[in-house]
Amino acid sequence: MIGFAVTIALCLLALSLAATAMRGLSMASVAIYGSSALLCLALVLVGAGTLLTHADASGMRIPIGLPWLGSHLHLDALSAVFVTLLGVGGAAASAYAIGYGRHEHEPHRVLPFYPGFLGAMVLVLLAGDAFTFLLSWEIMSLLSWALVLTNHRADETRKAGYLYLVMAGLGTMLLLLAFGLLAGSGGGYDFAAIRAAKHSPALAALVLALMMLGAGSKAGLVPLHVWLPVAHPAAPSHVSALMSGVMTKVAVYGFMRVAFDLLGPVHWSMSVPVIVVGALTAVMGILFANVDGDGKRILAFSTIENIGVIFTALGLALAFRSSDMPVLAALALTAGLLHAMNHMLFKSLLFMVAGAVLNATGRRDLDELGGLIHRMPKTAFLALIGVMAITALPPLNGFVSEWLLFQAVLQSPKLPQPGLQFLVPAVGGLLALAAALAAACFVRFFGVIFLGRPRSDVARDAVETDRWSLAAMGGLALLCVLAGILPGFLIDLMAPAVDLAVGARVPVQGGNSWFTLIPVAEVRSSYSGFLVMVFVAISGGAVAWLVHRLASRRLRRAPAWDCGFPNADPVTQYGAGSFAQPIRRVMAPLLGARETVTMPPPGDMSAARHGVQTEDMAWRFCYQPMIAAVFYATTRLNALQFLTIRRYLTLVFGSLILLLTGLTIWN
Amino acid sequence: MQGYAFDIAHLLAGSLVLVSFMMIYQDRLYALLNTFALQAVLLSLAVAWQAYIQGAHHLYASAAIALVFKGIIVPWALHRIVRRLGIDREVETVTGVVPTMLAGMGLVALSILLMLQLTQSAENAIAREDLAFALSVILLGMLMMVTRRTAVTQVVGFMSLENGLILAAAGAQGMPLVVEISVAFSVLIAMIVIGVFLFRIRERFDSVDLEALDDFRGERQ
Repeated sequence: MIGFAVTIALCLLALSLAATAMRGLSMASVAIYGSSALLCLALVLVGAGTLLTHADASGMRIPIGLPWLGSHLHLDALSAVFVTLLGVGGAAASAYAIGYGRHEHEPHRVLPFYPGFLGAMVLVLLAGDAFTFLLSWEIMSLLSWALVLTNHRADETRKAGYLYLVMAGLGTMLLLLAFGLLAGSGGGYDFAAIRAAKHSPALAALVLALMMLGAGSKAGLVPLHVWLPVAHPAAPSHVSALMSGVMTKVAVYGFMRVAFDLLGPVHWSMSVPVIVVGALTAVMGILFANVDGDGKRILAFSTIENIGVIFTALGLALAFRSSDMPVLAALALTAGLLHAMNHMLFKSLLFMVAGAVLNATGRRDLDELGGLIHRMPKTAFLALIGVMAITALPPLNGFVSEWLLFQAVLQSPKLPQPGLQFLVPAVGGLLALAAALAAACFVRFFGVIFLGRPRSDVARDAVETDRWSLAAMGGLALLCVLAGILPGFLIDLMAPAVDLAVGARVPVQGGNSWFTLIPVAEVRSSYSGFLVMVFVAISGGAVAWLVHRLASRRLRRAPAWDCGFPNADPVTQYGAGSFAQPIRRVMAPLLGARETVTMPPPGDMSAARHGVQTEDMAWRFCYQPMIAAVFYATTRLNALQFLTIRRYLTLVFGSLILLLTGLTIWN
Repeated sequence: MQGYAFDIAHLLAGSLVLVSFMMIYQDRLYALLNTFALQAVLLSLAVAWQAYIQGAHHLYASAAIALVFKGIIVPWALHRIVRRLGIDREVETVTGVVPTMLAGMGLVALSILLMLQLTQSAENAIAREDLAFALSVILLGMLMMVTRRTAVTQVVGFMSLENGLILAAAGAQGMPLVVEISVAFSVLIAMIVIGVFLFRIRERFDSVDLEALDDFRGERQ
């Protein structure tokens, strides 16, 4: 298995080199994306095959890399879950790109980096030592950075690219420190050696904090998320889908690998920051999604929310595991893994929808779209499925994972620590808030883009997207539905990974009647997506039949009620800003929202203006003070540039004496 | 024999440190150069003694190199430079002699504390004491470089620092001759380079006071 997986990863990397050679070939784009899609499907086979056969962890060592270490590669159940996730996401994005790539003006800005990006992510998942892990992590970061810069002529994109590069560098540095601490002074960078070593509680806490910051900066945890809503949308849409749907999951994998596998047992208090940061990330992410006016940025903010939900689940799993409740830990972890998988499905789908809309209209701003359901009915239908999935409506897949997570939250009174007993229900409240806000956000997303009347000429003249893109989106939508009504199979598939991480699993779901989900005995509740779907289908069908039967079948058009203000201009419709206003006003302090109204003086006929600014508080309270501190320090240290030779010598001498004194005291 | 060997090695190494202190309070350039020559002679004696008690014959070569290069050639060359440049014969110190001496004592205390602690496992008492004294000589050489203004005195400080390195190497039983010779040559070359620079600085600024360079950079407030 591992040999097969590594071969695929290397093929993907080689495909990148091939793409550079295929400059100028008209079929290059189809060839590259087509082979990427096939390789990703092979990855799904590898991942799912490993999980289905309950194959033992397999590893191999390639003598490339550090001379005494080589490169260890390793495939176990945990990697296999994420390899499957990556395979599905990558295959869908590549298939979508076959159609989407035709609209690229400069395909060679994307082609050489795209397969390599996929390959590097596979290698991160397969890494069996810290060196390989960090190296492939950095390759993944740099290639995705190159992909973000595809449209490098836009000023915004360059800024986004710079911000991303800085944050990615910071993240890798923190991961380096974390793995350095794990390996200890002995330098045992092999994961097996790290796993075997005993780590003191203080060290474990430090490593976990570094992993939170390092992997969290890639995943988009607040307050390290600032690059995500600018960088993800700047890339071409299929790359955005990969970055949001898959790369953030690779970061989640990195965190899980260390927190659940390498670090060994951790103190329960370590779970508190994970839970709290996760919940805050969920709420802040979706709040920003609610007030943003750019379709792709809304999706990126929503990614932040979902990452928050996943991290909350991971935190709960840590809490349950440290209190020796492996079954409940398995429940929380299953919820987290399932949500990671689901989020990959619907977020990729929605980014592809945004890409299709972008291709058809050239607009990302919600207030320039509208009425696309008439022009792009198929895309609209698929978007509706994605939107219903992401807002956790049953019987779709988003509901299943959130339901499982809430089942885990409801078990918090069983935890022995009073602190957690209070904290976890509060976090449950925050998660419920996030779920409700997500619903509001995606009603707005779908409503403003697809319903109503077109707000611009380009939206009026849009045409349906191509068949490849529709097929990729359709495949993802189908998977969303299937994962929603048959979640038991997915849970069974992931069970070996959960077992590896917390030492227990939720009961086998495959044989339950009516495909009912019965998580664990303690929960005493169950859910059947299949039955809900049957009910929805029957009741919906019956209502439609009755309405059409009893009323006439004729389509009627009538003037809309215009509130007594007979202006037919499409901009008088309820728009993105109108949807956002109530939430923006209520949450103004959190969003840093300010409204300005400029009235013309009396007698002046010019229009009054209403402006809204929102501001990410992370900038004001976290980054600006840091930037100011760096500037202050560098201005002060600037004097060191202009010392006399003797002073430089004194400086060297002084630091030597200081170090020697330190050494004396240390001994 | 053992105690006797130890005492002599101790005496020689200790006198190197003592000469380092003497160099710190010299206020005439020629006297400083002579003291430096004395230190080099003492160094060659110390190394020769190490060669004798360790039975390591290649160390005699090291001793000879130290004597010829540092005891004779370098002081002579520096004498010539000072004469040819017509440098002011007075050593200009940055701080007074007394604070410098006190700082030097602190440095010696630090290096002895540190070295005796670090080398507790080493059974060879001679090597331990030697290392402690060698570190003192190195630190005192650096102190001299830091507290003097003119380039010539900084060169002397640098050479004396290097004496400390040789002493440490001789005491550590086993520095190969090749390394030693290359160190000796690199120091000689460093001296030549610095000497050339001295002439160039002097040509341009009519002084070898390094502060003049800073005036030139326009960075002196």
